[in-house]
Amino acid sequence: MFKRPSLVRLPGVRGMAARPGFRHGVHPPHSKELSAARSIRRMPFPAEVVLPLRQHTGKPARPLVKPGDRVERGDKIAASDGFVSVPIHASAAGVVKSIGWWPHPDGTMAEAIRIQVARFSAQLPRPRMVPHWEGLTPAQVVAAVQEAGVVGLGGAAFPAHVKLQPPPDCPIEFLLVNGAECEPYLTSDHRVMVEYTERVWFGVRIMMHALGVPRCVVGVEKNKPDAIEALRAAAPTDLDVRVEALTVKYPQGAEKMLIHAVTGREVPSGKLPMHVGTVVQNVGSIAAIAEVFETGMPLVERIVSVTGPAIKDPQNLIVPVGTKLRDVLAYCGGLTDDAAEIVFGGPMMGIAQPDLDAPLIKGTSGVVALTKAQARPRTVHPCIQCARCLDACPVFLNPSKLGRLAQAGRYEEMAEHHLADCMLCGSCSYVCPSSIPLSQMFSLAKAAERRRKEQAA
Amino acid sequence: MSTVDRSVAGERLRGIPGPGAERGASKRTPDWGRVALQLTASPHIKAPDSTERIMWTVVASLLPVVLAAGWYFGASAWLVIATATLGAVGTERLLSGGASVRDGSAAITGILLGLTLPAGMPLWMVLLGSVFGIAFGKLLFGGLGQNVFNPALVGRAFLQAAFPVAITTWPVPRQGFLAQVGDTFALPLMSPAVDVTTTATPLADMKFEGTATALNDLVLGGTAGSLGETAGILILLGGAYLALRNYLDWRIPVGILGTVALLSAALNLVDPAFPDPLFMIFSGGLLLGAVYMATDMVTSPVTRAGAWIFAAGIGFLVVLIRVWGGLPEGVMYAILLMNAMVPFIDRATQPRVFGTVRGKEGA
Repeated sequence: MFKRPSLVRLPGVRGMAARPGFRHGVHPPHSKELSAARSIRRMPFPAEVVLPLRQHTGKPARPLVKPGDRVERGDKIAASDGFVSVPIHASAAGVVKSIGWWPHPDGTMAEAIRIQVARFSAQLPRPRMVPHWEGLTPAQVVAAVQEAGVVGLGGAAFPAHVKLQPPPDCPIEFLLVNGAECEPYLTSDHRVMVEYTERVWFGVRIMMHALGVPRCVVGVEKNKPDAIEALRAAAPTDLDVRVEALTVKYPQGAEKMLIHAVTGREVPSGKLPMHVGTVVQNVGSIAAIAEVFETGMPLVERIVSVTGPAIKDPQNLIVPVGTKLRDVLAYCGGLTDDAAEIVFGGPMMGIAQPDLDAPLIKGTSGVVALTKAQARPRTVHPCIQCARCLDACPVFLNPSKLGRLAQAGRYEEMAEHHLADCMLCGSCSYVCPSSIPLSQMFSLAKAAERRRKEQAA
Repeated sequence: MSTVDRSVAGERLRGIPGPGAERGASKRTPDWGRVALQLTASPHIKAPDSTERIMWTVVASLLPVVLAAGWYFGASAWLVIATATLGAVGTERLLSGGASVRDGSAAITGILLGLTLPAGMPLWMVLLGSVFGIAFGKLLFGGLGQNVFNPALVGRAFLQAAFPVAITTWPVPRQGFLAQVGDTFALPLMSPAVDVTTTATPLADMKFEGTATALNDLVLGGTAGSLGETAGILILLGGAYLALRNYLDWRIPVGILGTVALLSAALNLVDPAFPDPLFMIFSGGLLLGAVYMATDMVTSPVTRAGAWIFAAGIGFLVVLIRVWGGLPEGVMYAILLMNAMVPFIDRATQPRVFGTVRGKEGA
């Protein structure tokens, strides 16, 4: 059904049929049982939503409203500013309170539109045209996806329409749907695949139409057998689609690892998935795209796992974009007494939140509350060259060496050791017995290297 | 990773006017009391292994070997090991400020040094060796993780150079638990005062007399030699346990023993006067060296390919020194020589980065 394509053949890569895994990686306890069986529920509208203008990779959106304006749910309140940018829509009906600085989930302050939610509103969207996907050209689909403000919901929040428009010199052979969800604790993609199976396949159909590709592979880690079964049972028979069960290993959901697991191909260093003939899209984003063509509603809400041992009532929730962390925690019963750290995203790559007023944004895939025992600071020992980080690094770097260079501030040398290939997955820090904050050091080194290049330019 | 106490967030939760009040904190938020939010960099979870745990597990796996040394050579064996350990830990404590004692690496160095010495060695020499090993073999390079050579072997090499007679005075095993098997309590720099029965090690017998010791005696440890030479089975068991827990790289002992076995088998085929592979493996300090010394993470390569090269190099040098060298035993020098090669081996065996072609930059 799916032959190994021969677009890129790297010497040193075994020519093999699909292998449901990748080399190296780590095995953190996946801890998904807390919320894996909880059906998706809708959270009541909070009293206020805060919508940062920067919720996606690329240029922030430009506000279209001013304080005092009355908005309905789904109204565009900020326009995209360029190609790699998407508009932002009101996630609840109400009145624009102010536009100003507000804590952003990335730890900074950022410009945001605050909406006082109308207390007795039925939250009905305005009547709208629902585009019929079959009648649209790929370019029109792309435009509709951009207009709906859809971004990658896996965490990076890369605008979805950009991926739907690969440059002509990169022929795309198949669509790869990322249902790996390899981050511990998170279960939102899992629940989407189980509960919104039809919607996922509908989204796949639209994506394939827009990309003009004949094939699609959905990669799901084996620890979600119900999702694999549901997807296979509902798979459209008129399309060349396949559901691949993948080994349970972190970071299986990283684009490069997923492509390698499904095709055996390695994305060349510094290149993108499209250079090996594929487009990778997160399963949640696929469902969000499907929703645009089902109801005409833009991306105003997302599914979030609110979980972790320090959450009293872990759940999978449909949350209006811009809901504040404190409101979500309150709805989930609050924190336990030994709560110590709240993370947006998964525990491996997520960002710790200092402020309960930070809003959940489009790219927030989960809220994980960790206990004191988990988050306790550890004594850092010297590197003993145990080589665990080398065995863990999914892109075969030498984190031990890179760590020593980072400590010495030799960032230029780090670039020679392929720092750019590091995707900050955190596997090296996770296994380091000396608790050296390797990925934190690499993230700083990357920032320093970027600055150096900017200054040179 | 520093921890930032954000009790401010907690205060806001209790309704105390703070920055949150101006921002219009939601009124429905219940009172959860004080919550101190931590801020650390990702990843926020951590594998359970720690450097301390690795080091102390290695110490624990050495305890049976230490017990066996007492069984064969009596209390004086324990005195030697205890002195070496105290010397190593004490030096670490004095010169590096204390905190690094807890990681257990100095204790390993001390125990391993003790296990490479003969039972009757004067304790002041033992102490000197362990102090030298830690001070010059480890701390001079910058402490744990920075040293080029295995500190225990540096200590032993120092003793071998300084006291060539005392370090090759091998007492006869099983003289009784409290028998004085050597000039244990000699005062520094005094000439020996005690007459003891000594004997030759199997390797010396082989080298200088051309006689081989029965394999039984070698495996079960009824022969003369350093304290850790005689407990082959226990060393292998300890090594297997550590390898299973991923606390040592199995490639190194397997590579060393394999190389020694292959080379000596080949030599033995050419001329049966050369010792056979089993004799080579179970005699001398090869097992202790292959399982516990060469596998020291700090002084061995980090790459898998490098581990094989490193191990093969040690095996080759051991056979070379034992068969053609002037000394009966060569494990120590073999490991020290290959320790010096580790940076070059590591550089030559860097892993191929994902998405690149080996040898071509940028691919």
